[in-house]
Amino acid sequence: MNALAPIADWFRHLNATTGINFTVFYDPFDATRFVHGLWVTIELSVVTIIASVLVGVIGAWGQGVKSAWVRGVTWSYVELFRNTPPLVQIYFFFFGLSAVLPHTHNGFGMAQPLIGGFAWASISLALYAGSFNVEIFRSGIEAIPHSMLEAAEALGYTRRQTYLNVILPLGLRICLPALTNNLVNLIKTTTLAYAIAVPELLYVSNQIWSDAENVPEMMILLFIIYIILVGILVALMHWWERSLRRPGLGT
Amino acid sequence: MADALLTIENLHKRFGDVEVIKGVSLQVPKGDVACIIGPSGSGKSTLIRCVNALVPFEQGSVKVLGIEVNDPKLDKLKLRRHVGMVFQQYNLFPHRTALQNVMMAPMQVLKRPRAEVEAEAHALLKKVRLENKAHAYPGELSGGQQQRVAIARSLAMRPDLMLFDEVTAALDPETVGEVLITIRQLAEEGMTCVLVTHEMNFAREVANEVYFTDRGVIVEHAPPAQFFGNPQDERTKTFLSQVL
Amino acid sequence: MSDLPVFPKLPAALRPRARAGLSFALPRLTIWHGFGLTALLLICASVAQAANPAPLQKSIFATLVQWTPLLLRGFLLNIEISFLSMAMGTILGIALGLGLVAQTKPLRQTSWALTQFFRNAPWLALLFFMIYLLPYHMRIGGLHISLPDWLKAVVGLGLPVMANVAEIVRGGVRSIHPGQWEASESLGFTRNQQLFSIILPQAFKRMLPPWMNLYAILTTNTTLASIVGVNDVVTRAGQVLAAAGNNPGLLAPVYAYVLLLFFIYTYPVAIATRRLERRTKVRI
Repeated sequence: MNALAPIADWFRHLNATTGINFTVFYDPFDATRFVHGLWVTIELSVVTIIASVLVGVIGAWGQGVKSAWVRGVTWSYVELFRNTPPLVQIYFFFFGLSAVLPHTHNGFGMAQPLIGGFAWASISLALYAGSFNVEIFRSGIEAIPHSMLEAAEALGYTRRQTYLNVILPLGLRICLPALTNNLVNLIKTTTLAYAIAVPELLYVSNQIWSDAENVPEMMILLFIIYIILVGILVALMHWWERSLRRPGLGT
Repeated sequence: MADALLTIENLHKRFGDVEVIKGVSLQVPKGDVACIIGPSGSGKSTLIRCVNALVPFEQGSVKVLGIEVNDPKLDKLKLRRHVGMVFQQYNLFPHRTALQNVMMAPMQVLKRPRAEVEAEAHALLKKVRLENKAHAYPGELSGGQQQRVAIARSLAMRPDLMLFDEVTAALDPETVGEVLITIRQLAEEGMTCVLVTHEMNFAREVANEVYFTDRGVIVEHAPPAQFFGNPQDERTKTFLSQVL
Repeated sequence: MSDLPVFPKLPAALRPRARAGLSFALPRLTIWHGFGLTALLLICASVAQAANPAPLQKSIFATLVQWTPLLLRGFLLNIEISFLSMAMGTILGIALGLGLVAQTKPLRQTSWALTQFFRNAPWLALLFFMIYLLPYHMRIGGLHISLPDWLKAVVGLGLPVMANVAEIVRGGVRSIHPGQWEASESLGFTRNQQLFSIILPQAFKRMLPPWMNLYAILTTNTTLASIVGVNDVVTRAGQVLAAAGNNPGLLAPVYAYVLLLFFIYTYPVAIATRRLERRTKVRI
């Protein structure tokens, strides 16, 4: 903590002389809740990114199976979640479904919902972003020329072998830029968890600026942090894209 | 001909209402080279796709080494071990190097050990004179080089019959020669080949039998000297006068 | 051989049929779409009814019908906000997008920084920003302008739209083959002439689908305005729930109903976008 003392002093001084008030850098209480909020945002992002990609893979598979029933369900899911507001989806899950699910009782005998705000936000955001991922993966698969699959078949590949060795590696390379884009949007959309009082970054920032009346300062901090978070994801995805790059394939 | 490696009898194929092959029969003895020529849309490509079951057909019989292709219980893998195919658009897997393209199918389909497959793949690349391009990706190769890798890739399955579907049609004129030399070399080594081609000079030099197809039937077939020197059918004469 | 380009003449039967304007891209909603949506609503309502822990005075369906005019009035505000934000975002975004492809470096860099900032900031955070930082009243000269919350929301939502439109413009210009620049330059066109009479008209077709896609996303994001106190359909839904006695069994149907309203409005846009995309698809 001592190493950070000069920084805290500097921001205290900044506040005293200019009125520019970054409480999170010198007030331990604000600092603690801000870091906690940041951590919740990171957790929410990681969980929903992984879950939404899984949803996308399963959905892309569901759109290609023979059973018309499975295809129909997948199609309805994708269209419903893509074309409706994510905020209302979160409300629908958190208020609507939570209300009809059974409740447990906590140590104080208070009713407690089976699934909490964080979990509902994760489920809801993963389903929302997942519906976009399904479309992204499907279009990646569709962009592979049919003749490539014919060549694999002529070499004696089974359907599963063709999928693993040709369709998946090629499709992934084609859809990676679109996937990056959607996952960036997902990180930004985690702020919607604010609406159901999940203490993520925007939520705790709101608490802090309500107490300290420093809206512009907190806003700037908030934007910088989101730009850093998005930057980290983009850097990771670009690194992955580069490691998959082959001469003459793609742009 | 009892010892024919490939026998096609009365093959019919329709796409919807359009019958593209209307009763084709032909036999290719082991070690022979058969060239199929004819105008676009005469069903040539569909015909050789029927041979390795890429395209299902309704009526007739195709036998490769005695294996009946028109059999619902056909083990396609068993058939494809015997039949290699090279396409007009090369269709190399762009995310794998030339060497990996040659090694993939023997390792993954035939489950042969890596060391053995790798040694053989190097030998095959050497045979198509591309040993120095083993670690290049298809995107770094010219059309003719890619097509030679595709030939090596098919040969790695140790086929008894090679099918070539207009393999020089998409190439730059200056690289056509290198691919044809490779195919000729194969033919001289005794590989049984069926080629769909527009290269008349090549057919004249390499083929044992030339087939002329038009509108889904074989109009005429003969050894090249007779076929090009003294065509019988009016349609053949017209076609040859246009392309030669 | 002539040096003039030769355009092969297709026989009339093979030529693509000329179609008027964009009408081809408009979805043909059939009666079956209507049936499907109604069925969905009925299922939602009956599931909620069956799972309902507390008895209601009225059936869920009757409650929804009763409050529909109120909800629709809220929904209309969402649509109005979406139109205004889209208009603002598009106009500013085109200007910013032209900045992204400008030849002067400072202009390009400034445009890039602005675009990145507004593209990477969460929509909800930008909305908060505008609600808090824009004044309630503005005086420009003698003109007195009041800024109600919904108008601030228009600005807050318009900013990310602007950044996305700028990216769409840049992507559209980039998608045109460099040969078009070279050809027009060698014909003596100035940079601006090239851009406005050669490149942009060609890029327009490719920019339209992502622009429509953006509109669909914007429309669903207008609900964020409810968080900052705008009386939109989601706020109204909360009022309906309170007026109906805060019955937990009503929560799911009311929110499903709001989802449905958006679906009915956005889905046709999505279909039209996909049709346009298919027509302008570039094969790799």
